[in-house]
Amino acid sequence: MNNLDYIYAVSRIRVKEQSLLTDSDINAMIPMKTEDEVLDYLQSKGWGADAEKNASAVLAAEEERTLEAVNDLGLDEETRKILSYPKLFHNLKTGIREVTTAESPGRAYYDLPDFGKARVRNILERNAFDELPEELRTVAPAALEVMLKTRDAQMCDTIVDRACLETMSDAAKHSKNRLLQQYLELTVTLTDIRIAVRASRMGKPEDYLRKALADTALLDVDELVRVSAGAGRPKERAEDADGGNALFRYLERAGFAEAAEALKISPAAFERWCDNALIDLIRPMRTVNESVGPVLAYYLARENEIKTVRIILTAKANDFPDEVIEERVRKMYV
Amino acid sequence: MSIGMVYALLGAALATILAGIGSAFGVRAAGQAAAGVTAENPEMFAKVLVLQLLPGTQGIYGLLVTFIALSRIGVLGGNAIADTNTGLLYLIACLPVAVVGLISAIYQGKTAIASINLVAKKPDQFGKAMLFPAMVETYAILALLVSILAVTNIG
Repeated sequence: MNNLDYIYAVSRIRVKEQSLLTDSDINAMIPMKTEDEVLDYLQSKGWGADAEKNASAVLAAEEERTLEAVNDLGLDEETRKILSYPKLFHNLKTGIREVTTAESPGRAYYDLPDFGKARVRNILERNAFDELPEELRTVAPAALEVMLKTRDAQMCDTIVDRACLETMSDAAKHSKNRLLQQYLELTVTLTDIRIAVRASRMGKPEDYLRKALADTALLDVDELVRVSAGAGRPKERAEDADGGNALFRYLERAGFAEAAEALKISPAAFERWCDNALIDLIRPMRTVNESVGPVLAYYLARENEIKTVRIILTAKANDFPDEVIEERVRKMYV
Repeated sequence: MSIGMVYALLGAALATILAGIGSAFGVRAAGQAAAGVTAENPEMFAKVLVLQLLPGTQGIYGLLVTFIALSRIGVLGGNAIADTNTGLLYLIACLPVAVVGLISAIYQGKTAIASINLVAKKPDQFGKAMLFPAMVETYAILALLVSILAVTNIG
């Protein structure tokens, strides 16, 4: 489809954007006393119209509605496939954990039409790797072997996460959609920073970081490894005067000063900054009329919205104070 | 038929063809946007239809100039053109509405899309939204006037 073919879809999105939650809606939900009160507010905004009145049913209904909307709006199959990569690789990780250990992995599968729980388990139990989606065929046997031989779940996750990042990075290089390219590049970069910070705090060695980090055009990964690797160094080095600051100083030099500032506050503040950075990236699409960009932006805005509502509902269900929620809620698209 | 007559007919044809192509493009693009808004909110139909039609006027201007030219060169009236120079003058006289009609209709279509999307977000801003594509119309009207003045004053 050329850009002109998206005029119809973009105009539909302009109407749909009217029902997206705003920052005011989020601020209105934060002081509410109970999860039920938040659900009532969401239902008044059209959320989970046909779903039962419980958090997971409403969120699942909204996720489904988003997917239906972008399919209906003509988001091309390739882009939809690329956007599903994190869920695809997550399901693989969960499946490997489940088939190699007796215990439940403690994390849910994403309900993907071609790669849901039953299918993942079935393929992994038969070692029928050629039936996996193409992107998983190389990494699945490698991760499964590590898990079977070493029982090192963290290394297994690292292998799968790295493959996911590389697949996304590769997709960014080959995509003709500029917004998708920028989104994937930023996602890979932010994930690299996240891994580097975590590894730095845990004193992980350079070798681990080289296995975990994927190349990105926005950062010098060798330098990131150098400033983050900390074999034998004290834990919590991110807060230490030497090692931690080296990482933050590098992030500031590389144009991620705000990320460094957020990391100094808390991991939650950094996660919020990451999602806000993605929203800032897609916001210009609010005034674009003739490209696939606004369709992609709408999908990402809905994902961000659902994530923020999930945070609020979880916090309300667990009686977290409002300040904790305020620290975590994301900027809205509209 | 003289070469002059061929030039004059070419000018008359271009006025309709180029301005018509521009209008078709503009109305098509604005129509896609209008359909998108109506699909989500059928109550907006009347408002977005008006905006969709705005890029259609250039095609009408081209047709008008074509009729005037044909009525003066011996096809619908007047005397047949005998010399090449007069034919070329008709061709040149038709070009403003042909070329400006083509380009302005395409751009008016793009502006109409933006206005349709503005109305989709803020239906109460319909009056203001109408003005933006209407501004583009100014240049099509200027070209129409120049073409009419030129065609009616040849010979």
